[in-house]
Amino acid sequence: MADAKVIPFGDEPRAKRRTKRTGRARTGRVPAPLAPVAPGGGERAPQPRREGPQRPAAAAGGAAGARDGAVPPAAAAEAATGGPGAAEGQEGGWERKLAHGLSFLRRRITGEYEVDDFGYDRELTDQVVMSLLRPFKEKYFRVEVKGVENIPEDGAALIVANHSGTLPVDGLMLQVAVHDHHPAGRHVRMLAADLVFMLPLVNELSRKLGHTLACAEDAQKLLERGEVVGVMPEGFKGIGKPFSERYKLQRFGRGGFVQTALRAGAPIVPCSIVGAEEIYPMIGNSRTVARLLGIPYFPLTPSFPWLGPLGLVPLPTKWTIQFGEPIPTDDYPPEAADDPMLMFNLTDQVRETIQHTLYKLLVQRRSVFF
Amino acid sequence: MGKVVLVTGVARQLGGRFVRRILREPDVDRVIGVDAVPPEHHLGGAEFIRADIRHPTIGRVLAEQGVDTVVHMDVNGTPLGRSGSRTTVKETNVIGTMQLLGACQKTPSVRRLVVKSSTNVYGSAPRDPAVFTETTPPKSLPGGGFAKDVVEVEGYVRGFARRRPDVAVCVLRFANVLGPCVDSPLAEYFALPVLPTVLGFDPRLQFVHEDDAIEVLRIAAGEPARGTLNSGTFNVAGDGVLLLSQAARRLGRPTLPFFLPSVTWAGSALRALGVLDFSPEQIRLLTHGRVVDTAQMRETLGFHPRYTTPEAFADYARSRGPGLLPPETLARTVDRIAALMPAGRGQN
Repeated sequence: MADAKVIPFGDEPRAKRRTKRTGRARTGRVPAPLAPVAPGGGERAPQPRREGPQRPAAAAGGAAGARDGAVPPAAAAEAATGGPGAAEGQEGGWERKLAHGLSFLRRRITGEYEVDDFGYDRELTDQVVMSLLRPFKEKYFRVEVKGVENIPEDGAALIVANHSGTLPVDGLMLQVAVHDHHPAGRHVRMLAADLVFMLPLVNELSRKLGHTLACAEDAQKLLERGEVVGVMPEGFKGIGKPFSERYKLQRFGRGGFVQTALRAGAPIVPCSIVGAEEIYPMIGNSRTVARLLGIPYFPLTPSFPWLGPLGLVPLPTKWTIQFGEPIPTDDYPPEAADDPMLMFNLTDQVRETIQHTLYKLLVQRRSVFF
Repeated sequence: MGKVVLVTGVARQLGGRFVRRILREPDVDRVIGVDAVPPEHHLGGAEFIRADIRHPTIGRVLAEQGVDTVVHMDVNGTPLGRSGSRTTVKETNVIGTMQLLGACQKTPSVRRLVVKSSTNVYGSAPRDPAVFTETTPPKSLPGGGFAKDVVEVEGYVRGFARRRPDVAVCVLRFANVLGPCVDSPLAEYFALPVLPTVLGFDPRLQFVHEDDAIEVLRIAAGEPARGTLNSGTFNVAGDGVLLLSQAARRLGRPTLPFFLPSVTWAGSALRALGVLDFSPEQIRLLTHGRVVDTAQMRETLGFHPRYTTPEAFADYARSRGPGLLPPETLARTVDRIAALMPAGRGQN
């Protein structure tokens, strides 16, 4: 009930129209502050291209009432951080960036970089993929990150988050958010569904980003290595739920994540993501097409598949990612992992925490888009 | 009294090298090499008996020579030379192992059995965990080819271990063996001028250097060192992982991506032409990759490989000569651009 009150569905088209219009009006202005970010060497080249379709919408972030004037200076400031302040410093920054880009290119084309056992290519993730995803996080979804200090500075932790949004954009944003906001710049290793590893290109990228299959063995191994592991136990039930059931947590699998965390003695950090539900409002599900394509669901949103590739542009919602108090698991005896009752209790505790935080955040939220 | 070691599959490079190596062991008295065809390389003074392990004669050899250690290396994915067929290889793998194990069971002098297996037993599927341990059950059992042979061979070996609990059985699951003179299907693949790959997949690969392979076989065939145990099943692989794209770049060979269905056709075409054995399980390996956990090898077997996966690959790459796009040339080109760039910027 609570969510029906806080998410005015009828409001949406109006908001969308407004953001689109303002966005188009501003397109002439926005590339200017972004331009200095782009020429960082060979690897940065795709960035402007990727940003193309989303730029009007990114501008929409700036168009948001009170923040109207605030965002472009922030972007300019960010662009300037590459080179230290003054004009001659900027030139030095340019050259340094170029040299950096070339040495990066040199390592890439000669294959002199390292990947871990899971295929995680840290260099590629940090230098390329993160900088491609960052504009989405900062400009497009304007992700607000709270409670990131609940993720330990070092050692293993298991982040358990809600899953939504038809496409797993929330997982990517979570990864960027933790990396950018955590004081130790920790990398989250997300656990992904097996479908991800069957799809060409997606699986390649996913592995290089450090994701791995959501199975107990992999999660355990990563936790034992002291990594921060991110899991979304709702799986397809969560991400593919209809829009009418938004922010209602689905069943948390069989609670395998609690067992894994207990075995590794890693704290469980509950994480609530608000905003991802509305990026592709799934108003229908074509089971026939899904069965034909062999995928769990085939979403029908107000724009997809009617508008073709344009329907793939997510709505520029305003996101909040809140990390909750970590739940310690190292004070349980080792045999606790085989106690189903304890598993259920802990699973419910995590689930309740996330659900309550979601409701709290929804009440605080002013609108879906700002 | 010294040991009498019988080694099967000595006509292959790896078998021949192992025979020469084990001859130098102080406690080894005699080494008997067995294969269906005489080896082209010398065996360093070891006796060679021409016997086909698919026939019961192998039992007579075992009994007459008083063999106490059997090293079974005749489990292979590809035929020796260009002439053999896949059927012969399969028969040697499966029927040969059955015969050999039957003969071992009947020979009371046998005390130790070492089997060269392969990480192919795990298969390669998107639903598999990223890292296999020795106890990981495969999600999809290999349907045919070498992988299925290996699964069957290991099944027979387990049966043998049950029936002869007094024999120390060691199964070594090797990742892809690479090195200057090894003749594995993957070594042939990397020797192609342009590497066909599967579009949208970048498999993780692990390699064992052939020197390490010989060394671990030696450890398994001898008495266990203090604090280690050399019976059981062990994954053998070098540290670290190489992606196929990375391997191709280090080798300096361009890749040619195919869509998954067409790569199967291309594979069978290449196979029909006899250019390369591009079998279905190899395509699966080059699609999904395979990485094994080697903690057991280090902790229980007490073996620490000298070469990591990238080092083993580098050694292989050195022996093959540069490809079409040598990494050194590319690096030099980038360096030249880097040298030009700041000057050009300054003038602007």
